[in-house]
Amino acid sequence: MRKTFFSLILFISGLSTHAQDTLLRSVSDSLSASKNTGYVTGTFKALYIVNMKTIEAPAEGVLNVEIQHRFGSLNSGSYEFFGLDNATLRLGLDYGITDRLTVGIGRSSYQKTFDGYVKYKLFRQTAESMRMPVSVSLLTSFSYYTQHFTDQEYLNSTFRLSYTTQVLIARKFNNLFSLELTPTLIHYNLVPTVEDQNNVFALCSGARMKISKRMSINVEYDYLFASQVVSTQVNHSLSFGWDIETGGHVFQLVFSNSQSMVESQYIAQTPGSWSNGDIYFGFNISRVFNLKPHNKRKD
Amino acid sequence: MFLKCLLSFLVAMCFSLNGRCQYFITKSGFIGFYSKTDFEDIQAENNQAYAMLDPGNNRIAFAVLMKGFIFPKELMQEHFNENYIESDKYPKATFTGHCSGEMDLTREGIYQVVVKGEINLHGITQPVETTAQIEVRNDRILGTSAFKLKPEDFQIQIPGVVRDKIAREINVRVQITWMRSK
Repeated sequence: MRKTFFSLILFISGLSTHAQDTLLRSVSDSLSASKNTGYVTGTFKALYIVNMKTIEAPAEGVLNVEIQHRFGSLNSGSYEFFGLDNATLRLGLDYGITDRLTVGIGRSSYQKTFDGYVKYKLFRQTAESMRMPVSVSLLTSFSYYTQHFTDQEYLNSTFRLSYTTQVLIARKFNNLFSLELTPTLIHYNLVPTVEDQNNVFALCSGARMKISKRMSINVEYDYLFASQVVSTQVNHSLSFGWDIETGGHVFQLVFSNSQSMVESQYIAQTPGSWSNGDIYFGFNISRVFNLKPHNKRKD
Repeated sequence: MFLKCLLSFLVAMCFSLNGRCQYFITKSGFIGFYSKTDFEDIQAENNQAYAMLDPGNNRIAFAVLMKGFIFPKELMQEHFNENYIESDKYPKATFTGHCSGEMDLTREGIYQVVVKGEINLHGITQPVETTAQIEVRNDRILGTSAFKLKPEDFQIQIPGVVRDKIAREINVRVQITWMRSK
């Protein structure tokens, strides 16, 4: 009888010591079971890999101010202080109308170009399950240069316009590595000769590798398919970037053989080549401003 | 003798089953945290905390997904998940502990209790002790508590440039409503 009583006490006390673990386990289990498949965030740190736009978008009501800057080419010699005497600048604004729809405008000093774009997040990569393995955004943009060239007459505005359509496809493979592939179609209203194509196809690609929580190394390569631009010597645009993120800023140091920062110019009109030392050093700086608080997911 | 053994076993089973059936569970507990400095006020709130109360021994357990914390600023939320709390690596925070003090869950009233237990956050477990208020009503039990946590205790790295924008001690508020199912 005593033995039984003793074992009973043991049994009950055993139960209660395990109770805490069991309680936590059942809470945790039910939490994991109901864990909804959220969307992957932070595929890229900034709205630009170097020159190419990323699938990232400012949240609804967020204004992103972008200052992009490229010095002259490194091979311009000591008189030009290896390019640092010259600068090309693009000032841009990107605004999130909704979490998925972004509009942007920009003005760059390269050929005194205005540009504007609309970007829409069509699909968002989901976490955990493979329901949606990639994020896909659609982008359409225009560029309009206004520079007066001394050796040619100032063309009608129609002839200075070009349009770019891109399908941005990106996947965040893990915490460190993300890749973006972007089939691109550029339409120029006017091309120099009849041999040049008005519609130019390119495959742009970009990747980022995080080197610490707040820094990453980016590479961008924009492959222009052959025999589309024939009257001028152009090269594929290859760029490297180093992202440094501090709170609301992202600071990107870049090296590129393209001086322009507008799609229609850097993808199919890059005269510089890395092997000749036509390397442009520069930076992108972004700063976000919250124009209205986001509370909608609060329910 | 054998019968007695069996009997005592059954009694023990009943106890344990009984206890299980009477757990109070909610999936919509509120947990918010607030950081106040001269430079910036930060807040984040989560309405999807899981909380359990075992009235048999006054033990409680919480579990919450870090990604469920909503910040007024989207970018802060991204940085919180990506850089600070690393929610891909450590998706949830948990608490287990127990309430001590005068409390009778069968009688309506407001009880001030001491909650003692362990928090697991960012992969680190730390002991916590705080006061809480348990309000027993006819159809529900309300639990509220507030306490402070230090990010450094949980090895959450904060870079020097933004250190002054994040409070040394973060205020945490917890509000749970357990419905009595009848």
